[in-house]
Amino acid sequence: MVENKTVAEKFFDILIYSIMITLAVSCILPMINILAISFSSRSRAMANQVTFWPLDYTPLAYKFIIDKPQFFRGMFISLQRIMLGVPINMFLILITAYPLSKRNNRFRGRQIYVWYLFVTMIFSGGLIPTYLTVKTLGLMDSIWALVLPSAVGTWNIILMLNFFRALPESLEEAAYVDGAGHMRVLFKIFVPLSAPAMATIGLFVCVGHWNAWFDGLIFMNTPARYPLQTYIYTIVNAVAFLELYMNDPEMMLYMEKISDKTVKAAQIFLAALPILILYPFLQKYFMKGIVLGSVKE
Amino acid sequence: MMKTILAGTRKGRSLHVKQWPLHIMMLPAVILLLVFSYIPMAGNIIAFQRFIPVKGLFGDQQWVGLKNFLFMFKLPDTWPLFRNTISIAIQKMLWGILIPVSMCLLLNEIRIVFLKRSIQTLIYLPHFLSWVIFGGILIDILSPSTGIVNRIISVFGGESIYFLGDPNTFQGTVVWTHIWKEFGFATIVYLAAISNIDPTQYESASIDGAKRWQKVIHITLPGMSTIIILLATLSLGSILNAGFEQIFTLYNPRVYSTGDIIDTFVYRMGVQQAQYSLSTAVGLLKSVVSLIMISFSYYAASKWANYKIF
Repeated sequence: MVENKTVAEKFFDILIYSIMITLAVSCILPMINILAISFSSRSRAMANQVTFWPLDYTPLAYKFIIDKPQFFRGMFISLQRIMLGVPINMFLILITAYPLSKRNNRFRGRQIYVWYLFVTMIFSGGLIPTYLTVKTLGLMDSIWALVLPSAVGTWNIILMLNFFRALPESLEEAAYVDGAGHMRVLFKIFVPLSAPAMATIGLFVCVGHWNAWFDGLIFMNTPARYPLQTYIYTIVNAVAFLELYMNDPEMMLYMEKISDKTVKAAQIFLAALPILILYPFLQKYFMKGIVLGSVKE
Repeated sequence: MMKTILAGTRKGRSLHVKQWPLHIMMLPAVILLLVFSYIPMAGNIIAFQRFIPVKGLFGDQQWVGLKNFLFMFKLPDTWPLFRNTISIAIQKMLWGILIPVSMCLLLNEIRIVFLKRSIQTLIYLPHFLSWVIFGGILIDILSPSTGIVNRIISVFGGESIYFLGDPNTFQGTVVWTHIWKEFGFATIVYLAAISNIDPTQYESASIDGAKRWQKVIHITLPGMSTIIILLATLSLGSILNAGFEQIFTLYNPRVYSTGDIIDTFVYRMGVQQAQYSLSTAVGLLKSVVSLIMISFSYYAASKWANYKIF
């Protein structure tokens, strides 16, 4: 079909394109600005001259981060959290979504469990009681305080159970006839068929654990136990954290070139880096996640 | 053959598939929720006690009835908290619908597939960054002395704005940086809704001589209306959620007058100053109001949009 566009329509086209491109670019420019600052020298960054390209290029801010233990200690705790938290979350999602995906007459009591989960979605114990509970359990400062309280991801369970429901019922029927039990059906039939859904949910659970920081702040008493994002929180709001190192003779090497601003920028960029690397995958699964969410009977 | 076997099992053996393993499978989640959701819910009783930490949660505490709540309402700080929370939450709700819907309509008008994809990719990137990271970037670029935004403003001859340090600009900054971070995500959700619209509708409208904006108003918008209403209804549940992680990252004592919200107050009172009973009372009030709003929103969503969670 040949479209004859009027002058007005062409004008609108140009308007729409420029608005959207400007907005899209605005979402990435701050990140580039931070990256440029992190590679710029102290004086240029202080003078607010850096835009989207490093001025007076220096990698010393990164060298400083590598030389000091804080950043990698935080990263190690974050990785520990992911190694522990993601498998636990995923296992709980599968093992809970499976029974809940049954019809009411196939799983007597299902309705009670549904309400049990639903109540936790609409009413929360609140910050202080949760904090006191974790404290009473003696989990403060432990990695489990970052893993267990959020181990049951109700929304993800719902996504998963809707996916399970969309699987053909004849498959499990046939397995039951062959004498398979529920665990077998779940792990030998449902799980292999749910690979795309599990990848999607797994990726989001991963990102959730990587990005979480507030629980680290309240459940960890010692800053040395902070996961990476919590550590970043403390430096984002700190004024002049480099002053701590002022008396360090090694620092003479750095002080000429780096400042709070450049080191902060470098750490923010490094903490965002895994997300940026994962982003193509996140993006691919993101649409699937939306579709997954809408699969309802 | 297969069919007859299955038909047979429907009445026969499959009905006798054991159900007790299903209960066992539910057990881990039931226990974890009991410990980390239900016990804290019960822990809210300290709002009615004079809580002394040494005696422990559920210990032999002194009951004070509604004293903590009455004290809360007497504090001069309390009302601004509620006002700020609701004001920020409502602004976020409104713009959080208007902006993504408009963006979705605009994006839908872009016919160059590559460009459309690239724009989509860029606009929801910030959604995946934590508020610490995004907030850290914002604090840097919005700084009055060393931030790039104020440098751009001064290039155009404007006065430097202290976005995060001035009570008059703080709320606006919070609302618009939230939109900046999240509009892409919502836009994609709406875009997914649009993609379900039957393309023949547009074709027949073109044959009837409909103009582009007429198609937007008479086909695209009605096609989105269900999801718009659904998301708007569900957002009612967060009337008291002004965005704790964002504000906690961005605020500072200078902007407490307009930027302090219920959640940040509860954190400072409870975790930092160990005023457990008072802060629990404030938190409980919030949870109860939220419960009412969420229940209403789910009820309304299930009534009007046939929305079901489980």
